[in-house]
Amino acid sequence: MEFQITKNAKNLTYGLIGAGLVLTGIGLATSMGDDHFSTRLMANGIINGFFFFSLGLGALFFLALQYATETGWYASVKRVIEAVAGFLPYGMAIFGLVLLTITFMHGAHIYIWMDPEMTDPASHHYDEIIDGKSAYLNPVFFWIRTLVYFAVYYIFLTGFKKRSLEEDRIGGTELHFKNYRKGATFLVFFAVFSSTSSWDWLMSIDVHWFSTLFGWYTFAGMWCSTMVVLVLTTLYLKNLGHLEKVNDSHIHDLGKWTFATSFLWSYLFFSQFMLIWYANIGEEVTYYQMRIENFKVLYFSMFLINFAFPMLILMSRDAKRHAGVLTFVGLVILCGHWLDVYIMVSAGSLGANAHIGALEIGMAILMAGVFIYAILNNLTKAPLTPVNHPFLDESVHHEI
Amino acid sequence: MSDKVIYVMFDDDEVLKDGAKKLVSKGIKINEVFSPFPIHGIDPIIGVKQTRLGIMAFLYGLTGLTLATIGMRYFMVVDWPMNIGGKPNFSYLQNILAFIPISFEFTVLCAAHGMAITYLLLNKTLPGMPAQNPDPRTTDDKFVMEIRLSENSSMTEADLDAVIKETGFIEIDKKDIK
Repeated sequence: MEFQITKNAKNLTYGLIGAGLVLTGIGLATSMGDDHFSTRLMANGIINGFFFFSLGLGALFFLALQYATETGWYASVKRVIEAVAGFLPYGMAIFGLVLLTITFMHGAHIYIWMDPEMTDPASHHYDEIIDGKSAYLNPVFFWIRTLVYFAVYYIFLTGFKKRSLEEDRIGGTELHFKNYRKGATFLVFFAVFSSTSSWDWLMSIDVHWFSTLFGWYTFAGMWCSTMVVLVLTTLYLKNLGHLEKVNDSHIHDLGKWTFATSFLWSYLFFSQFMLIWYANIGEEVTYYQMRIENFKVLYFSMFLINFAFPMLILMSRDAKRHAGVLTFVGLVILCGHWLDVYIMVSAGSLGANAHIGALEIGMAILMAGVFIYAILNNLTKAPLTPVNHPFLDESVHHEI
Repeated sequence: MSDKVIYVMFDDDEVLKDGAKKLVSKGIKINEVFSPFPIHGIDPIIGVKQTRLGIMAFLYGLTGLTLATIGMRYFMVVDWPMNIGGKPNFSYLQNILAFIPISFEFTVLCAAHGMAITYLLLNKTLPGMPAQNPDPRTTDDKFVMEIRLSENSSMTEADLDAVIKETGFIEIDKKDIK
């Protein structure tokens, strides 16, 4: 198709993958045999597996949202969204593999509720609270849920992609209305799954603790990171001279999404933090005490990076139209949201033993390389601008 | 200074936009466009400057944030330290979480009201002020373009008329002002 992976991009992704492998190797070599090695390795698997999987999932959600709301402006960047969403199968495979390994390791001290001793009254590890939750939190039901999430996401993704290419060939409004219905249906599933899956994959790490806002919090972080990826990919393609139908207003809109979802995330961070701080109930505040004890600087600088930084820099209209500013802010808050996931996983599993070393950075870079390569590869498989999207004309004349 | 104003009326915003493009390309300065709704993309055509209302909104927001902080610190900490939910307010900083929602609300309140009032003042459309638009139909379904002779001194009135004729207007009205 019209887009080919350039030599530079190929070198960059191979470089990232290579550097990631080397750093991971160094990390493995230096920390192998440490007390918490297997937990640390698996925690990294969840952090990077989940983070990059969630970028694809965020794109799928965003695509479904555009279908369900019959949005017009996005038509010319639709293929970018689809390419990012197309990472989902790879993300599911990697993340699923990590979860499977952890299951065979009886939780690897991350999902301690997977350990059968926790729910065995005869064992001295017996935990009454975990036993009380075992109707929901047990390996079998966990896997049933995980597979259902994966299956539903996969089915909707392939459907959207298939109809998108079909629309290029035959056009008409029948496919559009089908997408509209499917998009709305996906949102119904996603509304439930975004909450329950974040409980399963992330909140169950701090198994004694719970928060009803947690699903939204995770979802907001994921959405914000996804918008950053969409902006960066669009800017990259624009820079190469592709996507000639995308104008400043589209970039501005994507920038606004980044700005707005940063606020959504900050709002949910604050809502969760403030309520728990105010109520000051023992079993709730432990969650934040652990973070403040072991991750004080990291935790609050992560909040400032993800909140104050985009707020102050992306506030003006000109900044949201400026490719350089968007790229800089985007890359910084992408790291900020990765840190958020890092703390979400590490604080409950490794606690005071967690630190960012060669292993953490290496695995993140490795996954980033794979992620970028998969997106670029997806972009080559379809024309970059849909031909028969009913709102394409509106999108071409988009002006704000 | 006496001046002559030409009001050109259209019944479609797209026709007006195309007409405006034609006029501007001939070097004619359009002073103002009256429309019942915002016409997308008209601003750059007739050369309206980017609004600075956003900057004002930011300043009003900062004012609100400052006022809220000073106020709450005085009411809740300095004047009479309140003890709410077992959290005595001897220090503003240590209890800052409790004050953030109100700071936020007051910031938004001041930004929104400041913006609205500034907007109405600048446009001279405060309640009770005399109407500025030349024809009441521009509040319904008609669009009017205002061209001033004094701003187009390089052209004669006949020249202007000849160019305007090609725009597809439905009515034209001229008024002398002193």
